[in-house]
Amino acid sequence: MIRSVPRSRLFDALYMVYLVAFFVYLALPLLVTAVFAFNDAPFPSLPWQGFTLDWYFADGSASADGSAGRTGLFHDDGLLAALWVSAKIAFWVTLVSVCLGCVNAVLFERLHFRGKEFLYLLMLLPLVIPGVILGVSILVFYSGMANDVSAAWGIELDLFRPGMTLVVMGQVTFIATLSTLVIAARLRKFDPQLEEAALNLGATPLVAWFTVTLPWLMPSIFGAAAMAFLMSFENFNTTVMLTGSDTPLTVALFNRLREGSTPVLNAVALLLMVGSALLAALVMGRSNK
Amino acid sequence: MKSSASRLSLWLLLTPFLLWIVLLVLLPHLQMVRVSFQVRESWDTIAWGVEQYQNFFTESYYWRTFLRTGVMSLFTTFLTLIIAFPIAWYIARLARGRSKSLLFMACLIPFWASELVRTYGWMILLRESGLFSSWLQALGWVDGPVEMLYNDVAVIIGLVYNGLLFMVVPLVTTLDGMDENLVEAGYDLGGGHGTVLREIVVPWAMPGIVSGCIVVFMLTLGSYLTPVLMGGKDSAWFTEQIFTQFITRFNWEQGAALGVLLLVLSSVIVWMGLKISGQSLRKVMG
Repeated sequence: MIRSVPRSRLFDALYMVYLVAFFVYLALPLLVTAVFAFNDAPFPSLPWQGFTLDWYFADGSASADGSAGRTGLFHDDGLLAALWVSAKIAFWVTLVSVCLGCVNAVLFERLHFRGKEFLYLLMLLPLVIPGVILGVSILVFYSGMANDVSAAWGIELDLFRPGMTLVVMGQVTFIATLSTLVIAARLRKFDPQLEEAALNLGATPLVAWFTVTLPWLMPSIFGAAAMAFLMSFENFNTTVMLTGSDTPLTVALFNRLREGSTPVLNAVALLLMVGSALLAALVMGRSNK
Repeated sequence: MKSSASRLSLWLLLTPFLLWIVLLVLLPHLQMVRVSFQVRESWDTIAWGVEQYQNFFTESYYWRTFLRTGVMSLFTTFLTLIIAFPIAWYIARLARGRSKSLLFMACLIPFWASELVRTYGWMILLRESGLFSSWLQALGWVDGPVEMLYNDVAVIIGLVYNGLLFMVVPLVTTLDGMDENLVEAGYDLGGGHGTVLREIVVPWAMPGIVSGCIVVFMLTLGSYLTPVLMGGKDSAWFTEQIFTQFITRFNWEQGAALGVLLLVLSSVIVWMGLKISGQSLRKVMG
Protein backbone atom coordinates (compact mmCIF):
# COMPACT_ATOMS: atom_id res chain seq x y z
CA MET A 1 0.00 0.00 0.00
CA ILE A 2 2.98 2.30 0.21
CA ARG A 3 5.24 3.04 -2.74
CA SER A 4 7.90 0.51 -1.70
CA VAL A 5 5.42 -2.34 -1.34
CA PRO A 6 4.49 -3.94 -4.70
CA ARG A 7 0.84 -3.63 -5.66
CA SER A 8 -1.13 -5.62 -8.21
CA ARG A 9 -2.14 -3.98 -11.48
CA LEU A 10 -5.80 -4.57 -10.78
CA PHE A 11 -5.55 -2.85 -7.39
CA ASP A 12 -3.85 0.16 -8.98
CA ALA A 13 -6.48 0.38 -11.69
CA LEU A 14 -9.33 0.18 -9.19
CA TYR A 15 -7.67 2.80 -7.02
CA MET A 16 -7.41 5.13 -10.02
CA VAL A 17 -11.07 4.62 -10.91
CA TYR A 18 -12.00 5.44 -7.34
CA LEU A 19 -9.90 8.62 -7.35
CA VAL A 20 -11.45 9.81 -10.60
CA ALA A 21 -14.96 9.02 -9.37
CA PHE A 22 -14.25 10.93 -6.17
CA PHE A 23 -13.13 14.07 -7.93
CA VAL A 24 -16.04 13.92 -10.35
CA TYR A 25 -18.32 13.70 -7.30
CA LEU A 26 -16.60 16.78 -5.85
CA ALA A 27 -16.72 18.86 -9.00
CA LEU A 28 -20.05 17.94 -10.58
CA PRO A 29 -22.50 19.97 -8.44
CA LEU A 30 -20.41 23.12 -8.70
CA LEU A 31 -19.79 22.65 -12.41
CA VAL A 32 -23.47 22.31 -13.28
CA THR A 33 -24.36 25.27 -11.07
CA ALA A 34 -21.83 27.40 -12.92
CA VAL A 35 -22.83 26.20 -16.40
CA PHE A 36 -26.55 26.86 -15.94
CA ALA A 37 -25.86 30.47 -15.04
CA PHE A 38 -25.46 30.94 -18.81
CA ASN A 39 -28.30 28.82 -20.15
CA ASP A 40 -30.84 30.79 -22.18
CA ALA A 41 -33.86 29.20 -20.48
CA PRO A 42 -36.05 30.36 -17.59
CA PHE A 43 -35.35 27.25 -15.50
CA PRO A 44 -31.93 25.72 -14.71
CA SER A 45 -32.32 22.34 -16.41
CA LEU A 46 -31.62 20.58 -19.69
CA PRO A 47 -31.97 20.95 -22.65
CA TRP A 48 -29.30 23.51 -23.36
CA GLN A 49 -30.91 26.51 -25.07
CA GLY A 50 -27.84 28.49 -25.93
CA PHE A 51 -25.49 30.89 -24.22
CA THR A 52 -26.75 34.11 -22.61
CA LEU A 53 -25.55 36.73 -20.16
CA ASP A 54 -29.16 37.70 -19.32
CA TRP A 55 -28.97 36.24 -15.83
CA TYR A 56 -26.32 38.82 -15.03
CA PHE A 57 -27.19 41.84 -17.13
CA ALA A 58 -30.87 41.76 -18.20
CA ASP A 59 -32.63 44.85 -16.83
CA GLY A 60 -36.15 43.47 -16.53
CA SER A 61 -37.62 45.16 -19.65
CA ALA A 62 -39.50 43.00 -22.12
CA SER A 63 -37.24 41.69 -24.86
CA ALA A 64 -37.65 42.26 -28.62
CA ASP A 65 -39.48 39.02 -29.33
CA GLY A 66 -42.09 39.89 -26.72
CA SER A 67 -41.10 37.30 -24.11
CA ALA A 68 -41.41 38.22 -20.45
CA GLY A 69 -38.63 40.41 -19.08
CA ARG A 70 -35.75 38.87 -17.23
CA THR A 71 -34.07 40.56 -14.31
CA GLY A 72 -30.37 39.77 -14.12
CA LEU A 73 -28.35 39.76 -10.94
CA PHE A 74 -26.88 43.23 -11.48
CA HIS A 75 -30.37 44.73 -11.75
CA ASP A 76 -31.88 42.74 -8.90
CA ASP A 77 -32.08 45.24 -6.05
CA GLY A 78 -33.05 42.63 -3.45
CA LEU A 79 -30.01 40.46 -4.09
CA LEU A 80 -27.64 43.41 -4.42
CA ALA A 81 -28.83 44.81 -1.09
CA ALA A 82 -28.37 41.39 0.52
CA LEU A 83 -24.86 41.18 -0.96
CA TRP A 84 -24.01 44.54 0.63
CA VAL A 85 -25.42 43.47 4.01
CA SER A 86 -23.31 40.30 3.87
CA ALA A 87 -20.20 42.31 3.00
CA LYS A 88 -20.74 44.67 5.94
CA ILE A 89 -21.29 41.77 8.35
CA ALA A 90 -18.23 39.93 7.02
CA PHE A 91 -16.09 43.06 7.42
CA TRP A 92 -16.95 43.48 11.11
CA VAL A 93 -16.69 39.77 11.83
CA THR A 94 -13.25 39.67 10.20
CA LEU A 95 -12.01 42.72 12.09
CA VAL A 96 -13.18 41.52 15.50
CA SER A 97 -12.18 37.88 14.99
CA VAL A 98 -8.67 38.68 13.81
CA CYS A 99 -8.03 41.13 16.68
CA LEU A 100 -9.34 38.60 19.18
CA GLY A 101 -7.28 35.91 17.47
CA CYS A 102 -4.05 37.92 17.89
CA VAL A 103 -4.69 38.68 21.54
CA ASN A 104 -5.70 35.10 22.32
CA ALA A 105 -2.70 33.68 20.49
CA VAL A 106 -0.31 35.76 22.62
CA LEU A 107 -2.27 34.88 25.74
CA PHE A 108 -2.05 31.14 25.16
CA GLU A 109 1.37 30.85 23.52
CA ARG A 110 3.40 33.35 25.54
CA LEU A 111 1.97 33.76 28.99
CA HIS A 112 1.89 31.27 31.82
CA PHE A 113 -0.83 31.53 34.39
CA ARG A 114 -2.99 29.34 36.54
CA GLY A 115 -6.02 27.80 34.88
CA LYS A 116 -4.58 28.18 31.36
CA GLU A 117 -5.48 24.62 30.35
CA PHE A 118 -9.06 25.16 31.43
CA LEU A 119 -9.36 28.47 29.58
CA TYR A 120 -7.88 26.85 26.46
CA LEU A 121 -10.62 24.24 26.55
CA LEU A 122 -13.19 27.02 26.95
CA MET A 123 -11.66 28.66 23.88
CA LEU A 124 -12.20 25.45 21.85
CA LEU A 125 -15.79 25.09 23.09
CA PRO A 126 -17.51 27.00 20.24
CA LEU A 127 -16.15 24.41 17.78
CA VAL A 128 -18.13 21.61 19.39
CA ILE A 129 -21.41 23.53 19.66
CA PRO A 130 -23.71 23.24 16.63
CA GLY A 131 -24.07 26.55 14.80
CA VAL A 132 -27.83 26.64 15.26
CA ILE A 133 -27.38 26.46 19.04
CA LEU A 134 -24.86 29.32 19.01
CA GLY A 135 -27.44 31.43 17.20
CA VAL A 136 -30.35 30.35 19.40
CA SER A 137 -28.53 31.02 22.67
CA ILE A 138 -27.47 34.49 21.61
CA LEU A 139 -30.99 35.24 20.42
CA VAL A 140 -32.50 34.07 23.71
CA PHE A 141 -30.02 36.00 25.84
CA TYR A 142 -29.79 39.35 24.05
CA SER A 143 -33.18 39.59 22.43
CA GLY A 144 -34.78 38.36 25.64
CA MET A 145 -32.83 40.99 27.54
CA ALA A 146 -34.06 43.67 25.14
CA ASN A 147 -37.63 42.48 25.71
CA ASP A 148 -37.25 42.51 29.50
CA VAL A 149 -35.64 45.94 29.56
CA SER A 150 -38.37 47.28 27.32
CA ALA A 151 -41.10 45.79 29.55
CA ALA A 152 -39.52 46.96 32.82
CA TRP A 153 -38.23 50.44 31.99
CA GLY A 154 -39.59 51.21 28.58
CA ILE A 155 -36.08 51.59 27.14
CA GLU A 156 -35.68 50.14 23.65
CA LEU A 157 -32.37 48.33 23.15
CA ASP A 158 -32.74 48.00 19.39
CA LEU A 159 -29.11 46.99 19.17
CA PHE A 160 -29.98 43.62 20.68
CA ARG A 161 -33.01 42.94 18.54
CA PRO A 162 -32.44 40.50 15.68
CA GLY A 163 -30.35 42.34 13.12
CA MET A 164 -26.83 43.01 11.99
CA THR A 165 -25.27 43.43 15.45
CA LEU A 166 -26.55 40.09 16.66
CA VAL A 167 -25.46 38.37 13.45
CA VAL A 168 -21.94 39.76 13.88
CA MET A 169 -21.88 38.64 17.52
CA GLY A 170 -23.12 35.17 16.66
CA GLN A 171 -20.57 34.67 13.91
CA VAL A 172 -17.66 36.04 15.97
CA THR A 173 -18.42 33.40 18.61
CA PHE A 174 -16.97 30.57 16.56
CA ILE A 175 -14.91 32.38 13.92
CA ALA A 176 -12.74 33.91 16.68
CA THR A 177 -11.79 30.39 17.80
CA LEU A 178 -10.71 29.46 14.29
CA SER A 179 -8.65 32.60 13.77
CA THR A 180 -7.03 32.08 17.19
CA LEU A 181 -5.97 28.58 16.15
CA VAL A 182 -4.52 29.82 12.84
CA ILE A 183 -2.54 32.69 14.40
CA ALA A 184 -1.42 30.67 17.45
CA ALA A 185 -0.02 27.96 15.17
CA ARG A 186 2.26 30.53 13.53
CA LEU A 187 3.24 32.19 16.82
CA ARG A 188 4.33 28.77 18.12
CA LYS A 189 6.99 28.64 15.39
CA PHE A 190 8.34 32.08 16.24
CA ASP A 191 11.82 32.23 17.80
CA PRO A 192 11.43 34.30 21.02
CA GLN A 193 15.14 35.16 20.81
CA LEU A 194 14.34 37.57 17.99
CA GLU A 195 12.09 39.51 20.30
CA GLU A 196 14.66 39.36 23.10
CA ALA A 197 17.25 40.74 20.73
CA ALA A 198 14.99 43.69 19.99
CA LEU A 199 14.49 44.25 23.71
CA ASN A 200 18.27 44.07 24.32
CA LEU A 201 18.78 46.64 21.61
CA GLY A 202 16.61 49.03 23.56
CA ALA A 203 13.14 48.56 22.12
CA THR A 204 10.21 48.75 24.48
CA PRO A 205 8.02 45.62 24.55
CA LEU A 206 5.37 47.43 22.51
CA VAL A 207 7.88 48.49 19.83
CA ALA A 208 9.34 44.97 19.74
CA TRP A 209 5.86 43.57 19.24
CA PHE A 210 5.06 45.87 16.33
CA THR A 211 8.44 45.68 14.58
CA VAL A 212 9.41 42.03 15.14
CA THR A 213 6.56 39.77 16.19
CA LEU A 214 3.67 41.28 14.26
CA PRO A 215 5.47 41.18 10.86
CA TRP A 216 6.25 37.53 11.52
CA LEU A 217 2.56 36.86 12.19
CA MET A 218 1.39 38.76 9.10
CA PRO A 219 0.89 35.75 6.77
CA SER A 220 -1.22 34.00 9.36
CA ILE A 221 -3.18 37.19 10.00
CA PHE A 222 -3.99 37.47 6.29
CA GLY A 223 -4.89 33.79 6.21
CA ALA A 224 -7.14 34.13 9.25
CA ALA A 225 -8.77 37.25 7.80
CA ALA A 226 -9.57 35.56 4.48
CA MET A 227 -10.93 32.53 6.27
CA ALA A 228 -13.02 34.67 8.61
CA PHE A 229 -14.43 36.69 5.71
CA LEU A 230 -15.40 33.60 3.72
CA MET A 231 -16.88 31.76 6.70
CA SER A 232 -18.92 34.80 7.65
CA PHE A 233 -20.12 35.33 4.10
CA GLU A 234 -21.16 31.71 3.72
CA ASN A 235 -22.61 31.09 7.14
CA PHE A 236 -26.25 30.20 7.29
CA ASN A 237 -27.05 28.24 10.45
CA THR A 238 -26.07 30.86 13.00
CA THR A 239 -27.09 33.79 10.81
CA VAL A 240 -30.62 32.66 10.08
CA MET A 241 -31.53 32.68 13.78
CA LEU A 242 -30.27 36.22 14.35
CA THR A 243 -31.11 38.09 11.18
CA GLY A 244 -33.66 40.87 11.17
CA SER A 245 -35.23 42.72 8.27
CA ASP A 246 -31.88 43.35 6.52
CA THR A 247 -31.25 39.82 5.29
CA PRO A 248 -27.73 38.77 4.33
CA LEU A 249 -27.11 37.00 1.04
CA THR A 250 -27.28 33.35 2.13
CA VAL A 251 -30.63 33.92 3.85
CA ALA A 252 -31.98 35.88 0.87
CA LEU A 253 -30.87 33.11 -1.49
CA PHE A 254 -32.50 30.50 0.71
CA ASN A 255 -35.80 32.39 0.63
CA ARG A 256 -35.58 32.71 -3.16
CA LEU A 257 -34.78 29.03 -3.50
CA ARG A 258 -37.89 28.08 -1.55
CA GLU A 259 -39.99 30.06 -4.04
CA GLY A 260 -38.43 28.14 -6.92
CA SER A 261 -35.11 28.14 -8.67
CA THR A 262 -34.17 30.49 -11.48
CA PRO A 263 -30.85 30.86 -13.28
CA VAL A 264 -30.32 34.12 -11.34
CA LEU A 265 -29.51 31.91 -8.35
CA ASN A 266 -26.90 30.14 -10.46
CA ALA A 267 -25.49 33.52 -11.43
CA VAL A 268 -25.12 34.52 -7.77
CA ALA A 269 -23.63 31.13 -6.91
CA LEU A 270 -21.02 31.44 -9.66
CA LEU A 271 -20.18 34.98 -8.57
CA LEU A 272 -19.65 33.76 -5.00
CA MET A 273 -17.44 30.89 -6.17
CA VAL A 274 -15.29 33.19 -8.28
CA GLY A 275 -15.04 35.69 -5.42
CA SER A 276 -13.96 33.02 -2.94
CA ALA A 277 -11.46 31.57 -5.39
CA LEU A 278 -9.92 34.99 -6.02
CA LEU A 279 -9.65 35.70 -2.30
CA ALA A 280 -8.08 32.29 -1.65
CA ALA A 281 -5.63 32.74 -4.54
CA LEU A 282 -4.70 36.20 -3.28
CA VAL A 283 -3.90 34.93 0.21
CA MET A 284 -1.95 31.95 -1.11
CA GLY A 285 -0.01 34.19 -3.45
CA ARG A 286 0.92 36.44 -0.55
CA SER A 287 1.96 33.65 1.77
CA ASN A 288 4.17 32.05 -0.90
CA LYS A 289 6.20 35.20 -1.27
CA MET B 1 7.62 46.27 39.61
CA LYS B 2 8.33 43.47 37.17
CA SER B 3 5.57 41.30 38.53
CA SER B 4 3.01 44.09 38.54
CA ALA B 5 3.83 44.91 34.92
CA SER B 6 3.43 41.31 33.83
CA ARG B 7 0.27 41.13 35.89
CA LEU B 8 -1.09 44.15 34.03
CA SER B 9 -0.25 42.67 30.64
CA LEU B 10 -1.87 39.40 31.64
CA TRP B 11 -5.09 41.18 32.52
CA LEU B 12 -4.95 43.31 29.38
CA LEU B 13 -4.74 40.17 27.27
CA LEU B 14 -7.17 38.19 29.36
CA THR B 15 -9.94 40.80 29.27
CA PRO B 16 -10.92 40.51 25.59
CA PHE B 17 -10.79 36.73 25.85
CA LEU B 18 -13.03 36.70 28.91
CA LEU B 19 -15.46 39.20 27.39
CA TRP B 20 -15.78 37.00 24.32
CA ILE B 21 -16.19 33.70 26.16
CA VAL B 22 -18.45 35.01 28.92
CA LEU B 23 -20.67 37.35 26.90
CA LEU B 24 -20.97 35.29 23.72
CA VAL B 25 -20.68 31.69 24.90
CA LEU B 26 -21.22 31.10 28.62
CA LEU B 27 -23.97 33.57 29.54
CA PRO B 28 -26.12 32.95 26.43
CA HIS B 29 -25.97 29.20 26.94
CA LEU B 30 -26.79 29.45 30.64
CA GLN B 31 -29.72 31.67 29.78
CA MET B 32 -30.88 29.17 27.16
CA VAL B 33 -30.86 26.43 29.82
CA ARG B 34 -32.75 28.74 32.21
CA VAL B 35 -35.41 29.62 29.65
CA SER B 36 -35.89 25.94 28.83
CA PHE B 37 -37.12 25.40 32.40
CA GLN B 38 -39.58 28.30 32.32
CA VAL B 39 -43.25 27.56 31.92
CA ARG B 40 -45.35 30.42 30.65
CA GLU B 41 -48.58 30.51 32.60
CA SER B 42 -50.02 33.68 31.15
CA TRP B 43 -48.58 36.50 29.11
CA ASP B 44 -46.66 38.03 32.04
CA THR B 45 -46.28 35.29 34.65
CA ILE B 46 -43.87 32.41 34.44
CA ALA B 47 -43.23 29.43 36.69
CA TRP B 48 -40.45 26.87 36.78
CA GLY B 49 -41.01 23.39 35.50
CA VAL B 50 -40.01 20.67 33.10
CA GLU B 51 -43.06 20.91 30.85
CA GLN B 52 -40.99 21.48 27.72
CA TYR B 53 -38.95 18.36 28.39
CA GLN B 54 -42.10 16.38 29.06
CA ASN B 55 -43.45 17.51 25.71
CA PHE B 56 -40.32 16.17 24.09
CA PHE B 57 -40.74 12.70 25.58
CA THR B 58 -44.50 12.44 25.20
CA GLU B 59 -44.75 13.68 21.62
CA SER B 60 -43.24 10.93 19.55
CA TYR B 61 -42.59 13.31 16.64
CA TYR B 62 -39.95 15.13 18.69
CA TRP B 63 -37.94 12.24 20.00
CA ARG B 64 -38.23 10.22 16.81
CA THR B 65 -36.75 13.08 14.84
CA PHE B 66 -34.12 13.44 17.56
CA LEU B 67 -33.08 9.78 17.30
CA ARG B 68 -33.23 9.85 13.52
CA THR B 69 -31.00 12.91 13.37
CA GLY B 70 -28.49 11.33 15.76
CA VAL B 71 -28.36 7.98 13.97
CA MET B 72 -28.19 9.51 10.49
CA SER B 73 -25.41 11.87 11.61
CA LEU B 74 -23.37 8.97 12.97
CA PHE B 75 -23.92 7.01 9.77
CA THR B 76 -22.95 10.02 7.63
CA THR B 77 -19.78 10.53 9.69
CA PHE B 78 -18.81 6.88 9.29
CA LEU B 79 -19.51 6.95 5.55
CA THR B 80 -17.47 10.13 5.15
CA LEU B 81 -14.53 8.50 6.93
CA ILE B 82 -14.68 5.41 4.69
CA ILE B 83 -14.88 7.53 1.52
CA ALA B 84 -12.20 10.01 2.57
CA PHE B 85 -9.60 7.57 3.89
CA PRO B 86 -8.37 6.13 0.56
CA ILE B 87 -8.24 9.65 -0.89
CA ALA B 88 -6.25 10.96 2.07
CA TRP B 89 -3.97 7.93 1.87
CA TYR B 90 -3.31 8.53 -1.82
CA ILE B 91 -2.58 12.21 -1.30
CA ALA B 92 -0.38 11.66 1.76
CA ARG B 93 1.54 8.53 0.74
CA LEU B 94 1.27 7.68 -2.95
CA ALA B 95 1.12 10.97 -4.84
CA ARG B 96 4.35 12.91 -5.27
CA GLY B 97 5.44 16.50 -5.68
CA ARG B 98 3.20 18.58 -7.89
CA SER B 99 0.36 16.11 -8.25
CA LYS B 100 0.24 15.81 -4.47
CA SER B 101 -0.37 19.50 -3.86
CA LEU B 102 -2.69 19.68 -6.87
CA LEU B 103 -4.87 16.86 -5.60
CA PHE B 104 -4.92 18.40 -2.16
CA MET B 105 -6.01 21.74 -3.62
CA ALA B 106 -8.69 19.97 -5.67
CA CYS B 107 -10.15 18.62 -2.44
CA LEU B 108 -10.46 22.15 -1.10
CA ILE B 109 -12.06 23.77 -4.15
CA PRO B 110 -15.68 22.74 -3.53
CA PHE B 111 -15.52 24.51 -0.20
CA TRP B 112 -15.00 27.87 -1.72
CA ALA B 113 -18.73 27.65 -2.31
CA SER B 114 -21.15 27.89 0.58
CA GLU B 115 -23.32 25.05 1.81
CA LEU B 116 -26.28 26.67 0.10
CA VAL B 117 -24.56 26.67 -3.29
CA ARG B 118 -23.39 23.08 -2.89
CA THR B 119 -26.89 21.94 -1.94
CA TYR B 120 -28.33 23.87 -4.86
CA GLY B 121 -25.91 22.08 -7.20
CA TRP B 122 -27.13 18.72 -5.96
CA MET B 123 -30.74 19.82 -6.42
CA ILE B 124 -30.06 20.67 -10.06
CA LEU B 125 -28.52 17.22 -10.54
CA LEU B 126 -31.00 15.06 -8.68
CA ARG B 127 -34.44 16.53 -9.14
CA GLU B 128 -37.13 15.27 -11.49
CA SER B 129 -36.22 17.77 -14.19
CA GLY B 130 -32.57 17.45 -13.24
CA LEU B 131 -29.51 16.33 -15.12
CA PHE B 132 -29.31 12.73 -13.93
CA SER B 133 -32.94 12.22 -14.84
CA SER B 134 -32.37 13.72 -18.31
CA TRP B 135 -29.24 11.66 -18.87
CA LEU B 136 -30.94 8.43 -17.86
CA GLN B 137 -33.79 9.19 -20.26
CA ALA B 138 -31.37 10.05 -23.05
CA LEU B 139 -29.61 6.74 -22.52
CA GLY B 140 -32.97 5.03 -22.73
CA TRP B 141 -32.61 3.36 -19.32
CA VAL B 142 -35.82 4.85 -17.99
CA ASP B 143 -39.04 5.86 -19.69
CA GLY B 144 -40.11 8.97 -17.81
CA PRO B 145 -38.52 11.52 -15.47
CA VAL B 146 -37.11 10.06 -12.25
CA GLU B 147 -37.27 11.90 -8.95
CA MET B 148 -34.05 11.34 -7.04
CA LEU B 149 -34.36 14.28 -4.69
CA TYR B 150 -36.44 14.47 -1.50
CA ASN B 151 -35.40 11.20 0.12
CA ASP B 152 -32.90 10.06 2.73
CA VAL B 153 -30.32 8.88 0.23
CA ALA B 154 -30.22 12.34 -1.33
CA VAL B 155 -29.83 13.91 2.13
CA ILE B 156 -26.90 11.61 2.94
CA ILE B 157 -25.23 12.30 -0.42
CA GLY B 158 -25.44 16.01 0.33
CA LEU B 159 -24.28 15.68 3.94
CA VAL B 160 -21.28 13.51 3.04
CA TYR B 161 -20.37 16.04 0.36
CA ASN B 162 -20.46 18.85 2.92
CA GLY B 163 -18.30 16.95 5.38
CA LEU B 164 -15.56 15.58 3.10
CA LEU B 165 -13.09 18.46 3.34
CA PHE B 166 -13.17 18.40 7.13
CA MET B 167 -12.33 14.70 7.03
CA VAL B 168 -9.70 14.76 4.27
CA VAL B 169 -7.58 17.59 5.72
CA PRO B 170 -6.91 16.15 9.21
CA LEU B 171 -6.38 12.67 7.72
CA VAL B 172 -3.82 13.93 5.22
CA THR B 173 -2.06 15.88 7.97
CA THR B 174 -1.65 12.89 10.28
CA LEU B 175 -0.90 10.36 7.53
CA ASP B 176 1.72 12.71 6.10
CA GLY B 177 3.71 12.47 9.31
CA MET B 178 3.74 8.68 9.38
CA ASP B 179 7.05 6.85 9.10
CA GLU B 180 6.82 4.40 6.17
CA ASN B 181 9.35 2.13 7.86
CA LEU B 182 6.62 1.22 10.31
CA VAL B 183 4.42 0.00 7.46
CA GLU B 184 7.30 -1.87 5.85
CA ALA B 185 8.18 -3.47 9.16
CA GLY B 186 4.57 -4.59 9.45
CA TYR B 187 4.75 -6.32 6.05
CA ASP B 188 8.21 -7.76 6.79
CA LEU B 189 6.90 -9.34 9.95
CA GLY B 190 4.33 -11.18 7.85
CA GLY B 191 1.29 -8.95 8.23
CA GLY B 192 -1.23 -8.78 5.41
CA HIS B 193 -2.89 -5.59 4.16
CA GLY B 194 -5.66 -5.92 6.75
CA THR B 195 -3.32 -6.47 9.67
CA VAL B 196 -1.04 -3.59 8.74
CA LEU B 197 -4.02 -1.31 8.33
CA ARG B 198 -5.54 -2.33 11.62
CA GLU B 199 -2.41 -2.54 13.76
CA ILE B 200 -0.24 0.25 12.34
CA VAL B 201 -2.00 2.72 10.08
CA VAL B 202 -5.25 3.25 11.95
CA PRO B 203 -3.62 3.67 15.40
CA TRP B 204 -1.20 6.17 13.91
CA ALA B 205 -3.95 8.12 12.17
CA MET B 206 -6.24 8.06 15.22
CA PRO B 207 -5.88 11.77 16.16
CA GLY B 208 -6.75 12.73 12.58
CA ILE B 209 -9.63 10.26 12.42
CA VAL B 210 -11.10 11.50 15.68
CA SER B 211 -10.73 15.17 14.84
CA GLY B 212 -12.24 14.65 11.38
CA CYS B 213 -15.11 12.62 12.81
CA ILE B 214 -15.89 15.18 15.50
CA VAL B 215 -16.03 18.07 13.05
CA VAL B 216 -18.07 16.14 10.46
CA PHE B 217 -20.45 14.88 13.13
CA MET B 218 -20.99 18.37 14.54
CA LEU B 219 -21.55 19.83 11.09
CA THR B 220 -23.99 17.10 10.13
CA LEU B 221 -25.94 17.17 13.36
CA GLY B 222 -26.24 20.94 13.21
CA SER B 223 -26.91 21.22 9.50
CA TYR B 224 -30.16 22.76 8.38
CA LEU B 225 -29.98 23.59 4.67
CA THR B 226 -29.18 20.16 3.30
CA PRO B 227 -31.90 18.17 5.11
CA VAL B 228 -34.49 20.90 4.57
CA LEU B 229 -33.83 21.41 0.87
CA MET B 230 -32.98 17.84 -0.12
CA GLY B 231 -35.09 15.83 2.29
CA GLY B 232 -38.65 14.70 1.75
CA LYS B 233 -41.73 15.11 3.92
CA ASP B 234 -40.68 12.28 6.20
CA SER B 235 -37.05 13.24 6.61
CA ALA B 236 -37.34 15.94 9.24
CA TRP B 237 -34.14 17.10 10.92
CA PHE B 238 -33.93 18.18 14.54
CA THR B 239 -32.55 21.63 13.77
CA GLU B 240 -35.67 22.20 11.67
CA GLN B 241 -37.83 21.76 14.78
CA ILE B 242 -35.73 24.20 16.77
CA PHE B 243 -36.08 26.66 13.92
CA THR B 244 -39.85 26.15 13.77
CA GLN B 245 -40.27 26.79 17.50
CA PHE B 246 -38.26 29.99 17.39
CA ILE B 247 -39.14 31.56 14.10
CA THR B 248 -42.61 30.27 13.22
CA ARG B 249 -44.24 29.63 16.58
CA PHE B 250 -42.39 32.13 18.79
CA ASN B 251 -42.30 29.41 21.44
CA TRP B 252 -38.88 30.23 22.85
CA GLU B 253 -39.25 27.99 25.89
CA GLN B 254 -39.87 24.88 23.81
CA GLY B 255 -37.20 25.89 21.30
CA ALA B 256 -34.66 26.42 24.10
CA ALA B 257 -35.45 22.99 25.54
CA LEU B 258 -34.94 21.35 22.15
CA GLY B 259 -31.71 23.32 21.77
CA VAL B 260 -30.44 22.09 25.14
CA LEU B 261 -31.29 18.52 24.14
CA LEU B 262 -29.37 18.85 20.88
CA LEU B 263 -26.40 20.32 22.76
CA VAL B 264 -26.48 17.44 25.26
CA LEU B 265 -26.65 14.87 22.45
CA SER B 266 -23.69 16.36 20.61
CA SER B 267 -21.61 16.77 23.78
CA VAL B 268 -22.28 13.20 24.91
CA ILE B 269 -21.38 11.72 21.53
CA VAL B 270 -18.23 13.82 21.16
CA TRP B 271 -17.20 12.93 24.72
CA MET B 272 -17.80 9.23 24.09
CA GLY B 273 -15.85 9.37 20.86
CA LEU B 274 -12.89 10.92 22.70
CA LYS B 275 -13.07 8.35 25.53
CA ILE B 276 -13.36 5.32 23.25
CA SER B 277 -10.46 6.44 21.06
CA GLY B 278 -8.37 7.60 24.04
CA GLN B 279 -7.88 11.12 22.68
CA SER B 280 -8.29 14.51 24.29
CA LEU B 281 -10.09 17.53 22.88
CA ARG B 282 -6.94 19.60 23.13
CA LYS B 283 -4.93 17.09 21.11
CA VAL B 284 -7.43 16.63 18.29
CA MET B 285 -8.70 20.21 17.94
CA GLY B 286 -5.87 22.44 19.15
